Amino acid sequence: MKISIERGTLLRAVGQAQSVVERRNTIPILANVLIEAEGDTVSFRATDLDIEVIYRVPAQVLRAGATTVGAVTFHEIVRKLPDGALVELTDDGASGRLTVQAGRSHFQLATLPKEDFPVMASSEYSCNFSAPAPLLRRLFDKSKFAISNEETRYYLNGVYMHVTDAEDGKVLRCVATDGHRLARIDAELPKGAGDMPGVIVPKKTVGELRKLLEDDEAKIAVSVSETKVRFATPEITLTSKVIDGTFPDYSRVIPTGNTRRLEVDAAEFAQAVDRVATVSSERSRAVKMQLDEDRLILSVNAPDSGAAEEELAVAYGDEKLEIGFNAKYLLEIASQVDRENAVFLFNSAGDPTLMREGNDTSAVYVVMPMRV
Amino acid sequence: MPAICRDCLTEIAPGPRCPACRSPRVLSHPELFSLSIAHMDCDAFYASVEKRDNPALRDKPVIIGGGRRGVVSTACYIARIRGVKSAMPMFKALELCPEAVVVRGRMDVYAEVSRQVRALMEELTPAIEPLSLDEAFLDLTGTARLHGAPPALMLARLTHRMRTELGITGSIGLSHNKFLAKVASDLDKPRGFSVIGQAETLDFLAPKPVGLIWGVGAAGQAALEQAGIRSFADLRRWDRTDLTARFGAMGDRLWHLARGEDRRRVTRNAPVKSISNETTFSEDTADPDILDGHIWRLAEKVADRAKARARAGRVVTLKLKRADHRILTRRQALSDPTQIADRIYRTARGLFDQVTGQGAYRLIGVGLSEITDAAGADLSGDLLDPGALRRAQAERATDAIRARFGSDAIVKGRALR
Repeated sequence: MKISIERGTLLRAVGQAQSVVERRNTIPILANVLIEAEGDTVSFRATDLDIEVIYRVPAQVLRAGATTVGAVTFHEIVRKLPDGALVELTDDGASGRLTVQAGRSHFQLATLPKEDFPVMASSEYSCNFSAPAPLLRRLFDKSKFAISNEETRYYLNGVYMHVTDAEDGKVLRCVATDGHRLARIDAELPKGAGDMPGVIVPKKTVGELRKLLEDDEAKIAVSVSETKVRFATPEITLTSKVIDGTFPDYSRVIPTGNTRRLEVDAAEFAQAVDRVATVSSERSRAVKMQLDEDRLILSVNAPDSGAAEEELAVAYGDEKLEIGFNAKYLLEIASQVDRENAVFLFNSAGDPTLMREGNDTSAVYVVMPMRV
Repeated sequence: MPAICRDCLTEIAPGPRCPACRSPRVLSHPELFSLSIAHMDCDAFYASVEKRDNPALRDKPVIIGGGRRGVVSTACYIARIRGVKSAMPMFKALELCPEAVVVRGRMDVYAEVSRQVRALMEELTPAIEPLSLDEAFLDLTGTARLHGAPPALMLARLTHRMRTELGITGSIGLSHNKFLAKVASDLDKPRGFSVIGQAETLDFLAPKPVGLIWGVGAAGQAALEQAGIRSFADLRRWDRTDLTARFGAMGDRLWHLARGEDRRRVTRNAPVKSISNETTFSEDTADPDILDGHIWRLAEKVADRAKARARAGRVVTLKLKRADHRILTRRQALSDPTQIADRIYRTARGLFDQVTGQGAYRLIGVGLSEITDAAGADLSGDLLDPGALRRAQAERATDAIRARFGSDAIVKGRALR
């Protein structure tokens, strides 16, 4: 194999590939990236056995071939090469070394045979559709903060992507929860997605997927089966196993009878929460909200370090209410609001609270209060 | 040279015997009246309490521990002569000493005696750092004028009162820091009183093995031996930077300890780092129902201890020992700290469900770590488990009932499995 490729292109491809590679690996080949050169494209493939990413880029292929090389070191080298450099990768097959040549820099990297590289078994996708990048970006960006890290509840370690009936017909919906907060985001159902089986997309896959969604104009080809999900652009193909579990019935969790309505400027609210939370250094900092007649008092009382209070003018007409929340959770949901005011719907100090943007029900957040 | 008689409990002129009572229990040391950091260690504490409460056991070898499969938690001095040691498997102890009387521990009684010992110590100084039920550090610095007697004499009076008022004996180590005080208390057990002064610290330590250091166990000793370090003298030959480079933060500590330096203070209520309980089965078991019952009982014990100290923990640990003695541990961090048995149980049970199908176990343990104040615990409910808050309330109510009517007043059916 012998190829010549521009450093910036190479860096993007290797960067994407190496982020899939697990840092702590017991199987040496999984630390490697598979480089395959044929025709006028080179593909870079990496996997952790659950996720596989293939990045295809145009390059001058002088001699077709394939090899694997340690992803992290290779990425570091490419990163440190000067911008605009032309990089030549040569593998003569016999020496077990990949030569990286750029200007006066010359590297030799140990390789492992390409035959050892595990290729994810292809699967029959029961549903294929195309979705605009901004649509998927919104679905995953607004839900991923609520993904649980608790391994004992592994079925919550991802975003539940499924098709369901909403008020105005069928929607593509993403839900994530960790038992303390929940995000439920709806989007217009892309054509052809109607029969999609519901799948739990793992957290790591959500992170990798994000890199495919930067370009507003991009169309993402989505393929779904009961066990796998694939997102593809002409350059990148991301294939992932889905979490083998049943996502809990979240509809029970979303309160429908909450009537006490607070409307507040989300940015102002978030800044105030952030300010008062400063006095407490605890991991789960509780912020108390006191509501009374168009007035909201936010306060934090940390016996060891101090106390803080801030008053905000809000729209609230119901009876007095005192309720506490984890400051971090409040900040996270408030930061999801970017166009209109944040609307909170409360029931009592012990019941889950609902938050949405204005009257938009296509993005709904639920957060569990804390005793204060 | 300053000296005291450990029977008259007064200062005396140094000599082989006390001039007043002719007792040979004379303690003299050039620094006796200037040292003030002490370590008090009860002698075979649990066994002594049992012998006190049951005089028939007095001249018999007594072992405290659980069941045929358990381990020795304490052996009296008669049993120790036969080679029985703490933490030894019970069957092995009984091989060495077949006529030993095995007593199941009565932890509540020991805790009560421990409180009484603590009360006696409180009369000496407020600076007490208990390490367990039967040992504690005491800092008597600056108390000589208050008591009208030097620390050494007050400590001699302490063990005397423990013996006459509580019927148990203890040994004292007196030195200029915690490390040496703890080493000293072990030199002359039982009913001992040993002193390590500033002047002889280096000579005293030089030939001693590094295993003397708390925290240097078998693995630590092996690592040190790799570096050619067996004794304190070996350790002292090492450069401070080399030790740190080789052993990390522990290296720096070793460098200081090699010189008999230990700057840790005696702190009251040293923070608890973890709370855990475990149990060894009389027979290996793979039965999930039986194991589930154990997980619940252990979770409840851990929760009880956390509640008693107003503590909570953010990480739940499950420990399993397989039939081949291989240990398996799993941990799960919670979103907020807890002291509720129900949450500890459910988390541990979730961890257990992830490791099932791995054969029979001989031991199971449940623990709580990343300990925090109880004030920040269990403040938030679980969206997906709406019953959690109610179960927590029920548990608090159960606790209140038990506090009033005894620990058997209410139990869960699960606990009976």
